[in-house]
Amino acid sequence: MLEIKNLHARIAEDGTEILRGIDLKVNAGEIHAIMGPNGSGKSTLSYILAGKEDYEVTEGEIIFHGENLLDMEADERAVAGVFLAFQYPIEIPGVATMEFLKTALNAQRKAKGKAELSIPDFMKLVKEKAGDLNVTMDMLKRPLNVGFSGGEKKRAEILQMSLLEPSLCVLDETDSGLDIDALRIVSEGVNKLRSPERAMVVITHYQRLLDHIIPDVVHVLSKGKIVKTGGKELALELEKNGYADFIEAA
Amino acid sequence: MNMSIPINHTQAETEILSRFDAIKSGLVGSEAVSTLREEALEEIKTKGLPHKRVEEYKYSDLRAYMKSAAAIAGEADPDAVASVLNDAGNFGALERYRVVVANGRFVPEVSDVDGLAAEGVDLGDFNDLLACENGVDLLGSPKSAGSDATIALNTAFVQGGVVITVREGVDVSKPIELVHVATEQGAQVARNRIAVSKGAKLKVLETFAGDAGNGEINVVFDYDVADEALLSVTRLIVGQSAGARLFTSLARIGEKAEFKTLGFMAGPAFARNQQFVAFEGEHSEAKLFGVTMARDTALADHTLIVDHAVPNCNSREFFKTVLDDRAKGVYQGRINVAQHAQKSDGEMMTQALLLGEDAEMANKPELEIFADDVLCAHGATSGQIDEDLLFYLRARGIPEAEARTLLVLAFLSEAIEEFGEEDVTEELETRVRNWLAA
Repeated sequence: MLEIKNLHARIAEDGTEILRGIDLKVNAGEIHAIMGPNGSGKSTLSYILAGKEDYEVTEGEIIFHGENLLDMEADERAVAGVFLAFQYPIEIPGVATMEFLKTALNAQRKAKGKAELSIPDFMKLVKEKAGDLNVTMDMLKRPLNVGFSGGEKKRAEILQMSLLEPSLCVLDETDSGLDIDALRIVSEGVNKLRSPERAMVVITHYQRLLDHIIPDVVHVLSKGKIVKTGGKELALELEKNGYADFIEAA
Repeated sequence: MNMSIPINHTQAETEILSRFDAIKSGLVGSEAVSTLREEALEEIKTKGLPHKRVEEYKYSDLRAYMKSAAAIAGEADPDAVASVLNDAGNFGALERYRVVVANGRFVPEVSDVDGLAAEGVDLGDFNDLLACENGVDLLGSPKSAGSDATIALNTAFVQGGVVITVREGVDVSKPIELVHVATEQGAQVARNRIAVSKGAKLKVLETFAGDAGNGEINVVFDYDVADEALLSVTRLIVGQSAGARLFTSLARIGEKAEFKTLGFMAGPAFARNQQFVAFEGEHSEAKLFGVTMARDTALADHTLIVDHAVPNCNSREFFKTVLDDRAKGVYQGRINVAQHAQKSDGEMMTQALLLGEDAEMANKPELEIFADDVLCAHGATSGQIDEDLLFYLRARGIPEAEARTLLVLAFLSEAIEEFGEEDVTEELETRVRNWLAA
């Protein structure tokens, strides 16, 4: 589904090189965890997948469902099936969460040539999905992410993911800022979305998220390169020994 | 009289002077009114139209903008008024009374006021009262307005308008739409007085329809908000015609009263909405909002003076402006707090979103405080659309143009929502969307 080949990227503004040759292949149905220390390029990779314009790809390519992802605008990628769950979901004052969800869902439906959902159908769908994630009507009426707690923001991200039904979910440090209960709710929400047609790339610092969302493959990213790939046991090994071994190897 | 150097009149000024001479014998009013009109014109003759070296008009050079002065529009034919109104469709199906002033004169035939008198609201023709013995009192202006040229032009040329009086304790069941209609090109000069008596409540929707061409539209609204009364005013300054739009609010607020207003500007090439608000009784509140959109080379000016002449009053000003292309926005907000007006609470905020690189916003908040126990604050921001917000929306599949619309709407909606008149929220937001789509 997703194939990243020799991806090099830098910050557009100052030319700082962040990614130095990433190769990654993710098949439908798989969950890949990407772990690594701060500054290794994990978030940059997620932003580049989603189409943020602050980065410049200098070499390599990203093929998604057979198409060149780098040729697409951010909104086109979303329609094609890429979803980034943000590490720091953005607060948007003045845009009610419900209104935003409806606009996003209908924009994607329109781009795919489908009819827009009627308001009753949309409300029914949102209520069903929101209930599972403990997202209240009160939250949905509030401006998007404004005044949400860390846990509420992450739950709202997963709600968006379950409504938009992407084929590739990129979760950027979704566990950061979550207490144990919130982590469980969010993880359950993510696990519910596991399917043979859907792939996930889970970016995290810590192994604890991977106790809840069990990965098929674990990669270690250091200094902009994947330095080790293994099974889920690799995460446990990292938790025990830290990243030091790999940082030196890189 | 001060010594002043005679000025070289511009074409527009010359036309204004000669047009006054041509019509002055037919103007309504007692002798005192005629004298006042003459004096007002003398102001224009001596000082000319206001220009950038007049502090209050520093950013809105009317003298440079008005290349010529159109003749005063003639009396409107009621059928023509009705047809303009049908085309305009302001506020759609909203339940309301409608009072029509066309080409500057009250047109009762096309007004829809069935039941208004029975509710306890008196409606009269401004001219009828102007002709009365005390008619000249209708043309007063507050000290804070000084010898404002817009008001002077209005006084000299005013053709008519309405006087609406809500009797004591009456809570008017639905809003009154006060619509000014142009049925032909030419200057439209009107003045309206709205008095809300003690304990009464009224909502007014001020709208405009028709094309006055190059003719300027100059309307003064004189509001009297008595003790414990409430007056809410939504003013739409819309439409494309090229003539200057000059609106003045003069508000006097009694004790434990509330005055709130939202000025919505989108479309005119040169628009100025000036408001002079004075507290005359304690424990009252004034909330002034602005929602402004301008593009091309348009100028959109909100100028306000709030006078805390008595203690214990609150004023809040919240203005939002979106500018594209080479448009220019102006916010001049002054809060005066008199020496004995302790416990005054004044707050003003003006925020601008610049969509075009050549757009320009002039923010000038001013505080003149002579009391020592007051809370006064002001803030001003100008910025562009936040790229991170835009990316977040696009990352959810919302196309760029739609994402921008959503963000601009969100920006302006903050003021619309805080104004809190739910009857008009949808109409205003639709107008924002239409402006963005144009």
